[in-house]
Amino acid sequence: MTDSDPSRSTAPAVKTFSIFKQTFRLPIILWQSLFFIGPLCFMVAMSFFIVRNYRMQEDFVMKNWAKMLGRDYFWDSYFLTWGLAGIGTIVTMTVAFPAAYTLAFKVSESVRRWAVFMLIIPFFTSYLVRIFSWYVILAESGVINAGLSYLGLGPFVMLNTKFGTVVGYMTLTLPLVIILQTFALSNVDRSLVEAAFNLGCRPFRTIYRVILPMARTGLIIAAVFCFILSFGDFVSPYYLGGSKPPTLPILIVDTVKSGQQWPRAAVVAVVMMVTLFVVAFAGIMAAYRRRVG
Amino acid sequence: MTDNRTLRWLLFGYLALVFVFIFAPILFSVIFSFNSDRFPTIPLGNFTLKWYQTVWNDPDVWEAARTSLTVSLSTATIATALGFATAYTDYRYSFRLKPIYLGLILLPPTIPLIIMALAMLAWFAKLGISGQVMSIIIAHSVLTAPFAMAIIRLRLSQMDPSLEAAAWNLGANEWSAMRRVIVPFCKPAIISSFCLTAAVSFDEFAISWFVSGLNKTIPVIILEIVTGNIDPQVNAIGSFVFLVSMTLVIIAQVVLMTRRKKEN
Repeated sequence: MTDSDPSRSTAPAVKTFSIFKQTFRLPIILWQSLFFIGPLCFMVAMSFFIVRNYRMQEDFVMKNWAKMLGRDYFWDSYFLTWGLAGIGTIVTMTVAFPAAYTLAFKVSESVRRWAVFMLIIPFFTSYLVRIFSWYVILAESGVINAGLSYLGLGPFVMLNTKFGTVVGYMTLTLPLVIILQTFALSNVDRSLVEAAFNLGCRPFRTIYRVILPMARTGLIIAAVFCFILSFGDFVSPYYLGGSKPPTLPILIVDTVKSGQQWPRAAVVAVVMMVTLFVVAFAGIMAAYRRRVG
Repeated sequence: MTDNRTLRWLLFGYLALVFVFIFAPILFSVIFSFNSDRFPTIPLGNFTLKWYQTVWNDPDVWEAARTSLTVSLSTATIATALGFATAYTDYRYSFRLKPIYLGLILLPPTIPLIIMALAMLAWFAKLGISGQVMSIIIAHSVLTAPFAMAIIRLRLSQMDPSLEAAAWNLGANEWSAMRRVIVPFCKPAIISSFCLTAAVSFDEFAISWFVSGLNKTIPVIILEIVTGNIDPQVNAIGSFVFLVSMTLVIIAQVVLMTRRKKEN
């Protein structure tokens, strides 16, 4: 996003110290150092602090790490969170794909713009209220089971299951994933798709051999975002998934809200951040890797 | 591709279903808020306004609404100002370490809210400013500034770069070129970023819940009611919340879209 236009050379006082320049450049550096980098670094440090007599004291001990990483329930939570976020990502990506495919290839430019407009709305509305709404809809005597009972089916238990959690995750991630996938697919060169078709390639083969490889970068980025959002969400597994056993975000909430054990919560948070960093890094490597063969 | 009609209609039907899935919770929340049953299902109960009356007469909700309003308006102001300054810096200047500079503002949304909440809680406690309305505002500004930056940066990239230079050549100094050329050009993006950051702040619950102390915002009240039991009050508050945030989002998008059309 750099602008290296020659007309910029007329800009006065670029090299020397300029109050104007610093007025626009410095605020965010100060603000984010103090309130973004500061808190995160402090949290990492806090994972080495110690709690005595219900008070946190600054220290450097490995006790919290040993205590958390040495417990089975921590690892149960860890792999559960991985599993749920993984399933959520696969399901969301799969459900989103035909929708994004339709928006990218089968509708006009203005319909596509309107659809994206509609998909942005939920992103800025209360996730919490939508989850509560799902809670009522999915309940044993809720709307879906009442509807199914007219057909002589059910009732199905949907709350406090992995299904419930994934529905919750999708409430959070599906609109964003459809938007990102639509952008990724829109960038695919149409003439290549047509060429494949004219040469006798069947639709599903065209998707697999032509469209997917060309849209790979965007699709992987969508999946990474989907995974990060699901992995860090405590509302869906708590209200729709039943929170037994807890996922890592629920573990943080419980640890903080039920006592003074902030350092142990910090351990969980640091483990989550490292995990997500590795996932994001692997995703980016895969997205920008040059194609072999 | 084959213009197979059946396939085409299947895809459209599928797309419609996906939209139903996405908007069902919003729609049902509004419907249930007017429904007399304590535990709403189909067939629906009678039409009622009693949940709205309960909410209306609850002083806690009013208090929370005032806090939420203060928080989201202050957040939107700070985030939009920070976003504008950063977007302009990125647009005009190139310098070493720029990727780090951009990362500084763009990274917060990629960090799970619950982690930000814990980090903010501990940091504010350390600085001695925890449990205040100000703590929520600061945390939300960090979270929403990237959105403001992205929207305004996009607008700046539509500007003819010679416009600002022309103003300088005509004798305007940097400050007046900023005031008379850049800011007016960015006005739709500024309005829309104000609305969107206000909407995000208005709906955010994890950080607010952790750092707010006794100053509860509306989402925190909802979280506490939901944790207790099934209470259709939530649907009434929820519908109100949807109304506020959807209005903000729609204003934001309409402002951006109409401007674009006018210029084309």
